Amino acid sequence: MQQLIYFFQRFKYFLFFLLLQFIALILIFNNLNFHKSKFVNSANALSGGLYNQYSNISTYFNLQEVNKALLEENRLLRKQLDQNKYFNFFDDSTMVDSTKYLQKFTYISAKIINNNYARAFNFLTLNKGKNQGLEKEMAVINGKGVIGIIDNTSNNYARVQSILNRNSKLNARLKNSTYFGTLKWDGEDYSIVQLTDIPRQAPIKVGDTIETGGKSTIFPEGILIGTVINKNKQDAVDNAIDVKLFNDMSNVGPVYVIKNFHKEEIKLLENPENE
Amino acid sequence: MSRTLYFGFLFVFLILLQVFVLNNIQFLGYINPYLYIIFVFVYPLKEKRIPFLFASFMLGLGIDFFSDSGGIHAFSILTIAYLRLFFVKVFFRKYPIDYPFFVLNLEPFGKKFNYVVTLTFLHHFILFSFANFSFQNISHVLLNTLFSSIFTLILYFLSIFIFSKKQ
Repeated sequence: MQQLIYFFQRFKYFLFFLLLQFIALILIFNNLNFHKSKFVNSANALSGGLYNQYSNISTYFNLQEVNKALLEENRLLRKQLDQNKYFNFFDDSTMVDSTKYLQKFTYISAKIINNNYARAFNFLTLNKGKNQGLEKEMAVINGKGVIGIIDNTSNNYARVQSILNRNSKLNARLKNSTYFGTLKWDGEDYSIVQLTDIPRQAPIKVGDTIETGGKSTIFPEGILIGTVINKNKQDAVDNAIDVKLFNDMSNVGPVYVIKNFHKEEIKLLENPENE
Repeated sequence: MSRTLYFGFLFVFLILLQVFVLNNIQFLGYINPYLYIIFVFVYPLKEKRIPFLFASFMLGLGIDFFSDSGGIHAFSILTIAYLRLFFVKVFFRKYPIDYPFFVLNLEPFGKKFNYVVTLTFLHHFILFSFANFSFQNISHVLLNTLFSSIFTLILYFLSIFIFSKKQ
C-alpha cells in the first residue's frame, strides 16, 4: 500500500497527463465516427451563439454576392416553371389528384454560420436546429449544388458534415444516364471531389455533369454536384473520376435543408428486422 | 490573485483570437497560424503542474469545440505543456530551484528561439497528423507543419516585439 501511494506521489503529473491525453484521444476517435460525435461540436449553445453573432456582422460584407446567387437561382427556377407550363399547355388534359399526399420532400431554409474547408474532416454549422425541425441525416444543398449532411443537432444549431470530409459518401450519377457511383473526397483540393466505383462501360467524357442519384433516403435525385474534369488518372480498382464542384465551398451562405417524408417507410422496408 | 485573473483573461482572449480571427486567415488555402500555444510559453514555471496541465487541456478543448475537430487541439497542446519542463532543462539548463526566477523574455534570444521553435514544430506536427489522420497525404502534413509553424513563429515574435515593455 505504501509502495502504491509512493508510486502515485512520484508519477502523479505523468498519470494526470496520461489521463487527459486518453480523454482527448477518445474525443478524437468519436469525432471521426458519424454516429458517435456527440460531445465536442460547434452546435452547442455557447459556440453556436457566438458564431451566430459573428456571422450576423460578417454577412453584411458579401450581401451583394449572395443577392447575385439568389437571382441566378430564381432565374433557373423560373425557367423550369415555364417549361412545365409549356408541357401542360400541349397536354390535352392533365389530371392532378389533389386528394393524394404526393409531396415527398420539404425544404427548410438556413444560414451557414461557420464554415471549414481546409482540413481533411470539415464541418459546417447552421443557425437552425431541433426547434426548427432539423434532424440528423438530412441533406443540405444550395442553389448551385450539394453541401453536406447534418450529423448533429442541438436545440437551435446544427452541425453539417461537409462533402469535403473524408468520411462523406454519397450516391451520385451521370446526368441523363443511370450509371451511378459513390462520391468521396480525398482531402486534397477543396474544389475537386472524386466519383468512385462507377462502371467502366459508362460513357464518361470530360465536361459531363454529375448529379445526385437518389438511391439514398437523404438526397432527392437530380441535385447538381459538378463537372468531370479528369477521368482515370491511374488505372486503379476504384476507377476514380475527378469532379469539379459547382459550389465554391469556401464561400457559401444561405442553404436549404431537405427533409424526406418517406425516410422512415423506406428504411423500414429495407431492413425489416432491424428494430 | 491578479496573476490568476490575468491568465484567466489571457485564456479567454486566446480562444476568441484563435477562433474568430486567426482561423479565418487560411493563407494560400491551408496555411494557418495557431498562436494560442503562447499560453504554454508565458505561463510561469512551477513545480506543481496540475493546474497548468488542466488549463492547457481546457484551452485546447475550447478551440476544439469551436472548430469541430474532436480533441486534436487539446491533445497537441497538452503534449507540449507536459514536455515544457524537459525542454527548459535542455535549452536553458534551469532546474526546479530556478523556476520562480525564470522569465522567458529575459533569456538570451538564441536559447529562447530554440525553445519556442522546438515546441511550436512539435505542436503543429501532432496537430496536423491528427487532423489528417492517415499516412496517405504525409507530404501534405509535413508541408503544412513547416509553413504554418513559420507563420505562427513570425506572429509570435512580432507580437513579443510589439507588446514587450521598452527598457
